[in-house]
Formats: sequence, structure tokens, C-alpha cells
Amino acid sequence: MNVQAAEQPPAYTDLSVPLKIVTYLILAMGAVVMVMPFAWMASTACKPPAELSTLPIRWIPQNPACIENLNRLYRTSPNFSRYMLNSAIMTVGRTLGQLVTCSLAAYGFARYAFPGRNVIFALCLGLLMVPFQAILIPEYLLLRQLGWLNSFAALIVPGTFSAFAMFLLRQAFLQIPLELEESAMIDGANPLQILRHITLPLSGPALAAFAVITVQAAWNDFLFPLVAANTPDTRVVTIGISLLQGERSTPWNLLMMGSFLATVPMLALFVMLQRYFIEGVAMSGIKG
Amino acid sequence: MWNVFLNQFGRTPLTRRKALWGMALVAPNVLGLMFFFGIPVLMAFATSLQQWNAIKPPVFVGLDNFTRLAGDAAFWQALGNTAKLLLLTVPVEIFLALNVAIMLNQRLRGRGFFRTLYFLPVVTSTVAAAIVWTWIFQPRYGLVGNLLAPLGLRDQPWLTRPDLVLFPIAAVTVWQRLGFDMVLFLAGLQAIPRVLYEAAIIDGARGWQRFRFITLPLLSPTTFLVIVLSVISGFQIFDQVYIMTARTTRGGVGGSATTLSYFLYQSAFVQSEFGYASAIALVLFLITLGVTAFQLSIQRRWVYYEAGER
Repeated sequence: MNVQAAEQPPAYTDLSVPLKIVTYLILAMGAVVMVMPFAWMASTACKPPAELSTLPIRWIPQNPACIENLNRLYRTSPNFSRYMLNSAIMTVGRTLGQLVTCSLAAYGFARYAFPGRNVIFALCLGLLMVPFQAILIPEYLLLRQLGWLNSFAALIVPGTFSAFAMFLLRQAFLQIPLELEESAMIDGANPLQILRHITLPLSGPALAAFAVITVQAAWNDFLFPLVAANTPDTRVVTIGISLLQGERSTPWNLLMMGSFLATVPMLALFVMLQRYFIEGVAMSGIKG
Repeated sequence: MWNVFLNQFGRTPLTRRKALWGMALVAPNVLGLMFFFGIPVLMAFATSLQQWNAIKPPVFVGLDNFTRLAGDAAFWQALGNTAKLLLLTVPVEIFLALNVAIMLNQRLRGRGFFRTLYFLPVVTSTVAAAIVWTWIFQPRYGLVGNLLAPLGLRDQPWLTRPDLVLFPIAAVTVWQRLGFDMVLFLAGLQAIPRVLYEAAIIDGARGWQRFRFITLPLLSPTTFLVIVLSVISGFQIFDQVYIMTARTTRGGVGGSATTLSYFLYQSAFVQSEFGYASAIALVLFLITLGVTAFQLSIQRRWVYYEAGER
């Protein structure tokens, strides 16, 4: 479940050469299927309207119209940049919020005995069992009661608390040798200072895994923002592209351009930080 | 009296101080979780017993919402569609992910590259993915139609035919989850001690036997986890349905693509029947819980834990 294990030689025997070739072929075919939708998206995003309905279909546009399509997209959906910005605000807000609340709580649960600790911890983990859709309606009613509907508070505040991130960070904090923290305590550091200067710096990979998972989930969130904040000012990009889709008249090249813009930030992040993404998924498996 | 109270927090000043720090540290997240998730869980039960439309104040109606649900053909259709989608996605994605993981677990050049490609859809938003796949499944000018053109399926209206609409939805779901399952399987495969294979080779076990008697049993905890996680997420399929049926009939022609989650959303936020929708939410939760509990109860029959019984 950790990176070291992932980089070890695989626990299996070497393949014979013909088997190796077959394996490569199957893997490559599968990879083509996995990547084809991205290629089709990018290709369509750059097609001029006339080329959307040509047979046989073309993979490379004859007269690429990437920039024109970008401009057309902005004419169709003038607020598109705003939606991207809103997504970014929601993503950063939730991630920073969780970083604070969840690392504090994880540290408290990992290192400080207090009455009822195990019960409270179990209660928090119990919330992981509840599918989000089961509490969607009361969540909406609660936000309405607070007067938070269609505000950034709705998009961000409930998302700054997480049982999963708390659990993940607690697991990481438990791995840190106690002696380091104890010596700092003897030197007179308070728990917040220890967390800030010893525990967090020593939990780099877990923090990174937490961050990429949280960022990815927030950026791609759809149902909750759809219900809680669906006005032009607070709309996030997933809703923005779904609105394009809802209109029959939106041509496919613009839809693909919109999807492309909404996808690229996460793809870029993944390619840069993929070891943390994969580690995060492997860790998220532990929660089951 | 005060001392009895204080002793709850530890017998020495130091342990008391630590207890107070502990509570202070966990307080923000715990209180936030209880407020934004704990209270709604309780509210969900209460709301499901009320009739609550947009304008009128809520009225307590007992179990009326549940009896209405039991007699609602749309509910049974949504349940059936959800079950069909689970059958169309879970076995397929697990079979494919396991095979890809086993192939990527060999000593191959470019494993990392392949792993990256297979994982790309996982980080894509379901909304964007579903839009792309809607285009892919368009009749006449879509990719699938043109790939299947030799079979005469170019003009197949995948998304408007009630008997076909679940296939595109299943396709995008499998495409998006395969990489996730694959990574879990890879982690499971790499945790299998290498010496077991070496010992088996010395004992003369062939490739298939090694797979059948070492890999499969030792991987079964991971397989179990992957099944549980994909079934849970399968019950929540929403984005794909919302997007892929947006251009035609919301929820598919005649409700043919309506899943439980989508049915819930429609009842609550289109028809503004919060009470009825809460009953659906509760049923969705109980079904998920029941299926998970069932899987946990039969896991002893086929899941092998190396460290003994769990």
C-alpha cells in the first residue's frame, strides 16, 4: 500500500518473449480504448461546424478552428471563465479548510487520550457509511435554513469537514515516532507547535495524497453544487458545461471545448503528481 | 464534586491537560461533521415521515411515503434500472481491472506509462466524461456508430432507445472506474509475498495453478474491497444519467435510464416533494447498507485473510 512497495520488482515470474508480446498488444489495445475519448474530445473541440457532420469521420480536422471555437464557446456561455474561477475557489477553499480541521482532529485522535475518544472517532467513521445522496435533501434544507443557498459558504463550508481525510491523516500521524514529539514537548512546545513543526512536515506523502484526492473530488463535484448553488455568480464549471449540454442547439465542438477546459486542470495535476494520486487511491482502499 | 469531574479527564495535571488539548484539537472537525452530516442524517429520518411540498408547511404523515413508494411503478423501474446497471458495470470493470493489474504487475517496460493511461479517466469529472461519451454514442456522426458501421449500426440511436440507453451509461461508468479498481488490485498484488511463488515453482506448480492457488486467494481481500466499493458507488450513479439524457428525455425515454439517485433528485428538486424524496433516500441508504452487510456476511466463504479470521 505504500510507494516503496509500488516500486519494488513485481512479485511474479518473468514472462516468456511471445507471452510478453501478447501482453503488450492487449495492454496497448486497452490503452487505446482508454485514451480514445480524450482524443475524440480534443479533435472535436478543434473542428469547424462543417466538419462535425462529415462521413467518414475525421480524426484530424482539415481546417482546425481551436481558437474560433474557444471564442464561440465564450459567446455561447459568457460566464465560462467565472465558472472556472468558482470551481477553483471552491476547490482551494475546501482543501485548505480540510487541511486545517482534519489535521488538527487527526492529531488529536492520534496522540491525545480524552474521555470518549474512541466513541467519537467511531461515530465520525460511521458517517463514511452514509451515502451522500441519502443526506442530500436535509443538507439542502439545512443550508436553506442558514440562508446559505447560492453562496460560496454553501459550496465551501460543509466541504471543509471530512471524516475520510481525518482518518487518512490519523493513519499517517500514527506512523511518526513518538520520541520526536516527546522531545519537542519537553522543550516546551505546545501541541499546535508540534503539529506544525514536526508532525506535518514528516507527513509529506500522506498530505500530498490527501490534497490531490480532495482537490480532484472538489473540482469534479456536481450534484451538491447543482442543488446548493446554481446561480450565475456561484455556478461551478461542471454545472456550466452541463448547462451547455442541456441546450439542444449547442454544437458538439463547443461542448467538447467546454469539457476539455474543465478536464485539463485535473489531467495536468495528475500527470505532475500521479504518484500521490495513485498512493491516495491505494490508501483510500484501507478505509473499506 | 469538581474533583470527580476533573478525574474523568485524567488523574494528574498532565493527563488532564492532554485530555483538554485532545478535545480542543478534534473539536472543529467533529463539531462540523456532526452539524453538517450528523444532523442531516437524523433529519433524513424525520423528513421521510412528512409530507412536504414547496409551499405548504411539512405535515407528519407516518409511513405514508413508504407505502406510496411501494406502489409507485416509477420507483420499481428505478430500482430495476439501478440493478441492471450494477450487473452491467461491476462484473465487467472488475474482470477488466484485474486482468490489466495482473498484466501491469509483470516485469514490463513502460508499466508506469500504461498505468498512467488507464488511470486518466479516474481524474476526469464524470460530467465532462459523460458529455464526451454522449457525443461518442450519437447516431450517424458518433464514434461508436462509425466503428460499428460495418455491422450496420451507424444510425443506432443508443440514447433514445429504452432497451439500449443503459449500455452507454454503463460504458462511461466502467471506463471511469477501471483505473481506480486497477490501482487497488495492483496494491493487493504487490502485497503478495514473492516467496510463495518461488516455493510453488519449486513444487512444480504451473502458471495457471499459481494464479488459482496463490494469487486469487491472497488477492481475495482486495477483490472483496473492490466489489464492495464499486457496488456502493453503483447505487449512486447520477451524473451520467443526468448528462446523457439531458438532450433527449430527462431520465431516458419512459424513465428507462432513471436510477434510484436520479429518481430521488427528480422527486426532491424537480417535483419539490421533500418528504417523498427523503423516503427514497432512506430506502437507497438501507438497500446499500443491506447489500454491504450481505457481502460482509458471505465474505468468510471466499475471502482469505492471511493473518487468520477477521
